[in-house]
Amino acid sequence: MEETTQKMTVAEKISQITRNHLLKNNGLALGQCLTAVGWVGGTIPHLSEKEGLVELSMADVSGGGIAVGAALAGRRPIYIVRYQGFQWYNAASIVNYAAKSKDMWGIPCPIFVRSIAMDGAIGPVASGSHHSIFIRMPGIVVCAPMTPNEYQQVWNYFMEHDDPMYISEHKKSFPIDYDMKDIIKPKADVTIFAISSTRINAIEAVKTLEGNGIVCNLIHLLWLKPFVINKKIIASLNQSRFGGLILDGDFENGALKCLAFDIIQKLTGSGNKFKPIKTLGLEERSAGFAPHLDNLPPTTGKIVKTVEYIINSNGKKN
Amino acid sequence: MRSKSFGEIKNISKHFTKKESLEMFKKMCISRNFEFNTKDAFDKGYIKMPIYLSVGEESVSSAISIAYKKPHIFAQHRCHDIYLAFGGEIVPLIDELLHKPSGIAKGMGGSASIHSPKIGMFGHSGLMGDQIPIAVGYALGSKQKVLAIMGDASAEEDYVISSMGYAASKKLPVLFVCTDNGLSILTKVAVRRNWSMVNVAKAFGMDAVEITDDPWLIMHHVKKLAKNLPSFINIHTTRVLWHNGTGQDSEPEWDRFKIVKEDLKNLGLEKQALKIEQETKEFIDKLWKKQLKK
Repeated sequence: MEETTQKMTVAEKISQITRNHLLKNNGLALGQCLTAVGWVGGTIPHLSEKEGLVELSMADVSGGGIAVGAALAGRRPIYIVRYQGFQWYNAASIVNYAAKSKDMWGIPCPIFVRSIAMDGAIGPVASGSHHSIFIRMPGIVVCAPMTPNEYQQVWNYFMEHDDPMYISEHKKSFPIDYDMKDIIKPKADVTIFAISSTRINAIEAVKTLEGNGIVCNLIHLLWLKPFVINKKIIASLNQSRFGGLILDGDFENGALKCLAFDIIQKLTGSGNKFKPIKTLGLEERSAGFAPHLDNLPPTTGKIVKTVEYIINSNGKKN
Repeated sequence: MRSKSFGEIKNISKHFTKKESLEMFKKMCISRNFEFNTKDAFDKGYIKMPIYLSVGEESVSSAISIAYKKPHIFAQHRCHDIYLAFGGEIVPLIDELLHKPSGIAKGMGGSASIHSPKIGMFGHSGLMGDQIPIAVGYALGSKQKVLAIMGDASAEEDYVISSMGYAASKKLPVLFVCTDNGLSILTKVAVRRNWSMVNVAKAFGMDAVEITDDPWLIMHHVKKLAKNLPSFINIHTTRVLWHNGTGQDSEPEWDRFKIVKEDLKNLGLEKQALKIEQETKEFIDKLWKKQLKK
């Protein structure tokens, strides 16, 4: 179990966890270009292959398989994929072997997949978040930590369980050295549920909306699968006059709609009145390199406009 | 290039002890009789799922299991023979094929995803060739001896080739085996590619050989290759029955089982071989009969 003894950024936290895992747990960390300029945004400790920091070849599909094999060997590998868009290659062995191994043969295959997203600027590779492709498959835990303490929580879960885990990271989280608390207010108009980097814009949007006389709750979603819908989520949505808005840095036709559906099912299944939840993520189109053709997670302005739209389309606020 | 004598070394069978030769033959008999019983059970409707039988290919796993002891095993869908050759229990495999909870994978594995922690065999997920990078990762993580078996079709998967390259770069303890029956379902190798796996392996700097499925020849080469891992062996063999199921389109190019019996006769082991063949048949038939009755 790791302890946070001093304030550190997410990048420092990841590096600390990795260092301890390699030097104290006989762990492994594998990936491509780990020791290149920047050491993956400062998240990789300066260790050697002998100490467990393993450079893989540039073959993504086999890299995923090699990491899964290392997990079967009991090394609890941290598998680092520098761009989430590359998961279209890497996912095969992770979802089809690691995630099924326990169900199929009773053999756990704990692998910690660090998958790093960024906001646009990379054209059709679309290295936004791609956790939806993992969420739809059984046998894998999916989460999106954005703070050092959340990262520690996620790591502790990994070390205390034997599930493969997909960590949907975001480069914007790397310099973050503070916690993000849920915002729950009496008589809220809308509850915003936010995932990954959209949480940063959502915090700003809540402030802007408050200035416009609109009261919003904000619930940060760390654990995406299994998606545990707690009392706070239900109470917050139930008490919001106009319903909810859920935000993600993955495509809108992905996990977002499943999560929104699950929340609504739970809400109405608990005997509450139906409340709509609108979704906002990447648009259903390919991203281009030119800035005006990029496909970005919802901006603060877009979130504000969408909340106002929800309120207006449900009857204006008195 | 494919032939029953490809890469032959004259009198190679004489380099092995009587015990080794008969042990190898017994494994061949177990596998062959097991598969004929599986075929029978399938044809009678007891098995209601795809099955991948090893009839005709049994010399490959039987020989390797003698020359390459106690590896961690990563195989793919055609794996009954591998499981049996490396000492897997027979009854749990019968039960697996009969969909019983007492099966080796409690019914989850079926014919194609056989696993056994007891013999160090890991199940296959169904994605062709994915056992090869996983095997390489296991060798990287454990530093222990690994056996990675592919077919001539899955060898063409890009991730198979790149992971072999990685194993060579990192000098990982893996013996790569290509059980080359010359067919991907029914599409012949020559239609699919103009290159050979043995040349690919050699280009990676591995020791690599290409031979026919003479079990003594296999044992000879595997013993040598095991001394300098990673290494690769491409073994030409024949698949008698369909890719999936029990049908047969034509006679196999050669009948290795018959040839091996002839070789044993030439070694002066005819009597012992016949006894093994008969006793094994009776033993396996009895086990199947008992499990089918339950």
